[in-house]
Amino acid sequence: MYETYLEILWNFVKAFAVGGTICMIAQIVINFTDLTAGKILVAFMLAGVVLQGLGLYQYLVDFAGAGATVPISGFGYLLANGAIKGAEKGFFGAVTGALSSASAGISAAVIFSFLMAIVFQSKSKRN
Amino acid sequence: MTGKNRQNYNKNYIAYVHSFDPPTQHFKNCFRAFLVGGLICCIGQCMREILEKAVGLYGDELSSAVSIMLILLGTLLTGFGVYDRIGRYAGAGSIVPITGFANSVASPAIEFKTEGLVYGLAAKMFIVAGPIIVYGVLAGTAVGIIYLFL
Repeated sequence: MYETYLEILWNFVKAFAVGGTICMIAQIVINFTDLTAGKILVAFMLAGVVLQGLGLYQYLVDFAGAGATVPISGFGYLLANGAIKGAEKGFFGAVTGALSSASAGISAAVIFSFLMAIVFQSKSKRN
Repeated sequence: MTGKNRQNYNKNYIAYVHSFDPPTQHFKNCFRAFLVGGLICCIGQCMREILEKAVGLYGDELSSAVSIMLILLGTLLTGFGVYDRIGRYAGAGSIVPITGFANSVASPAIEFKTEGLVYGLAAKMFIVAGPIIVYGVLAGTAVGIIYLFL
């Protein structure tokens, strides 16, 4: 039992270190280039797609768990992974695979954002 | 004034304005991004452990469930106006995790609600997330087609 707790703690340390490092790389890029948030997100998502296309991001996911899947590069990993798995089933799968694997995230973002927009008012005026 | 001259003028002016900026605190910014980004990933890891051990999810379902919960958290914090404050402190530490993606969808949706449900809320919702989905689908499908022919 003691060892299980130690393993879980070690998982947290790995997630913290890898996730934090990815965010820190993004911060370094922002500090030196003036890229806006949208461009950073696109760049990191594309980095995830390319790394998984080369088969490398999987190692990071196996090592760090949420530390690799929670940053936006994990979204790119999900897209590429879905496309690779779909490609085994043929042309149709190769085209539909990417979005179908990311559908949970996109649907959740759209649905929850819509609900929040209905419920909440813009806070910008109160500052 | 010729076009080239004006460009130089603008460049000089921008350099002059930037000379009054407070110096960027690289180390502090990076440390904060590391700390907050790492903490958000730890929240994700916590959900992962709970869902894996208590609910018995695994593989793609597990990561999807964690993503959905983090997106709910991100949109909720955006709604309460907390996420902007985190963003001011953490910089990239709040942008890069999936909660930042959720914030980039929810924030314009809330802000442009007043312009109507179709051209305000729904159209502006994808102002940042749109490019991510566009290039994600393009790159993902390219990977799929490459693997098809390998």
